[in-house]
Amino acid sequence: MTLTTPATASAAVAVAAPGPTRRRRGRRRREAVTGWLFMLPFAILFVVVFLIPILVSIQSSLFAQQSAGDGLYGGGEIVDTFVGFDNFALAIGSQTFWAGMGRVVLYAAIQIPVMIIAALFLALLLDSLIVRRPGFFRLAFFLPFAIPGIIAAMIWLYLYTPEVSPFMQYLPEGTDLMAPGTILFSMANMTTWTYTGYNMLIFLAALQAVPRELYEAARIDGASGWQIATRIKVPLVRGAALLAVLLSIIGTIQLFNEPVIMESANPWMGKDYTPMMLTYNSLLGAVSPSGTGIASAYSVLMAVIAGVLAIVYALLQRRRGEAA
Amino acid sequence: MSAATQIRAVKRLKSNPPSDAPPKAVAPPPLARGLGIVALVVATLYFLVPVYWVFVASTKNNRDLTSTFGFWFAEWNLAENYDSLMAWTQGMFWQWVGNSIFYSVTAGVIGTLFAVMAGYAIAKFVFPGRRIAVGVIMAGLLMPVALLTVPLYIEFHALGLVDTAWAIIIPSAVSPFGVFLGMVYAQSSVPTELLEAARIDGAGEARIFFTIVLRLLGPAMVTIFLFIFVATWNNFLLPLLMVSSPDLKPVTLGLFGMVSYFAPNKGAVMLGALLGVIPLIVLFFSLQRYWRSGLAAGAVKG
Repeated sequence: MTLTTPATASAAVAVAAPGPTRRRRGRRRREAVTGWLFMLPFAILFVVVFLIPILVSIQSSLFAQQSAGDGLYGGGEIVDTFVGFDNFALAIGSQTFWAGMGRVVLYAAIQIPVMIIAALFLALLLDSLIVRRPGFFRLAFFLPFAIPGIIAAMIWLYLYTPEVSPFMQYLPEGTDLMAPGTILFSMANMTTWTYTGYNMLIFLAALQAVPRELYEAARIDGASGWQIATRIKVPLVRGAALLAVLLSIIGTIQLFNEPVIMESANPWMGKDYTPMMLTYNSLLGAVSPSGTGIASAYSVLMAVIAGVLAIVYALLQRRRGEAA
Repeated sequence: MSAATQIRAVKRLKSNPPSDAPPKAVAPPPLARGLGIVALVVATLYFLVPVYWVFVASTKNNRDLTSTFGFWFAEWNLAENYDSLMAWTQGMFWQWVGNSIFYSVTAGVIGTLFAVMAGYAIAKFVFPGRRIAVGVIMAGLLMPVALLTVPLYIEFHALGLVDTAWAIIIPSAVSPFGVFLGMVYAQSSVPTELLEAARIDGAGEARIFFTIVLRLLGPAMVTIFLFIFVATWNNFLLPLLMVSSPDLKPVTLGLFGMVSYFAPNKGAVMLGALLGVIPLIVLFFSLQRYWRSGLAAGAVKG
């Protein structure tokens, strides 16, 4: 942004400023102060809600909660003891943590591609003039996003429960959608149901920003509808797809609502089915080791893993983009 | 142009109204069109049938839920299910819905105002640290927020804020995506010349912001409010950690607690699910164009 807009320039001339540079410097300072004043409320809350928790999690991951041991029954008071990187050693060496991480990564590897491809496919269909008024479909596909994840999970839990479900009786005899081998897919279906329409709207918005003349020109050059979709439209929404996949990876690492609901009906899943469940339950003391220290160590580790996965994915995409 | 030709032109327009149909050259071939419509109908069933089933299930008692045809109504038990919902939520159900509305509206109003102020500052002012602010906000956009909830709990516990409404409202009101939207909209719909003119007329910065900028950013604010409102309503982990008193619970947490502790009437649970999302669905349908504009800004810029 330039500071010498016509208005200020003419004003400066009219006043015949004694020192235009000093005047300009004063203006610039005033602008900086005003800018910061407008930033301030958000900045304060951002520090409270984002920056301090990051520091807190790092700091608290260096302490463990141990009983002092001098109580009447050997229990005594719980005290914070500095343990250095012991919590990280515990977390990294924890089989339950990596088992949960494995489930989450498998879940992401199945669910994200299915959801993104379905969303892209539906967006292309709605953008392809197959239906003249896509408004109804757009709303219908987006509706599940209005239902909170935890409530959607309750609904699907009933839909998977043979006695209540309206459709289980039509599936092959003995189908169990909540068995150890199928439950991950059943939960992936919940997430897909909720977020496909949302991602479709993102793709649709990106597609509709493209001038229609581009497609007409391609038509005149003899391109088929299929070619227009795959050669022009799909490459045009690459940026939106990259962002959608990144956000989905980050969301999946924190998978919590669906497994918590599923676990309430299928206790065999355990309190440590996903890393986020493990973290929450170790904070609560429902799994061992417990306490804020180890919970913070899990959180930091998960954040690092999410960051690494997101960066690896973004780099792979960039390389593919350059090769294409 | 004579009157006669004018009338003829109008007549021609009336007999040939501009059609919605795409020009022949771009219309898809019939087979592709047929397959496409089949795919759209299948997708519609997938997304809507569960919602429809919730409605059917909320009118049935436990016996009918297991024994009658799942996709159609049986004996009408809505009133009984409602009584049962009120009984096992110990009369708290509507208070939970009220709490959800209160948290979402408060976080939405505060969050929108702060986000628009920050977005306006970034878009229209030069100040030291501006680039860093943009970078930090973008990083916040990609931050796994659930992971922050555990340390946030530790922090709020130390501040004595746990089990108060603030423990839900403050974290929910911070929306990096809102700042991003505010920035994009301020860049495109607040003309710098207008601000300069107002300054020359002697208006103070606060007055310019509250009387001119906020008015220009009205639609953007509805969009940001909508995003924060829905995110607050749908958040589960945050209230799960932060509040334990029954009279502070939002409806998601209240229903979850009841379902996991008792084994209530399933029709009543589905009725609770239905009633707990109605405010959201109303907001969705009435404000859907604001959703689209927000997602468009995100998709095109992102």
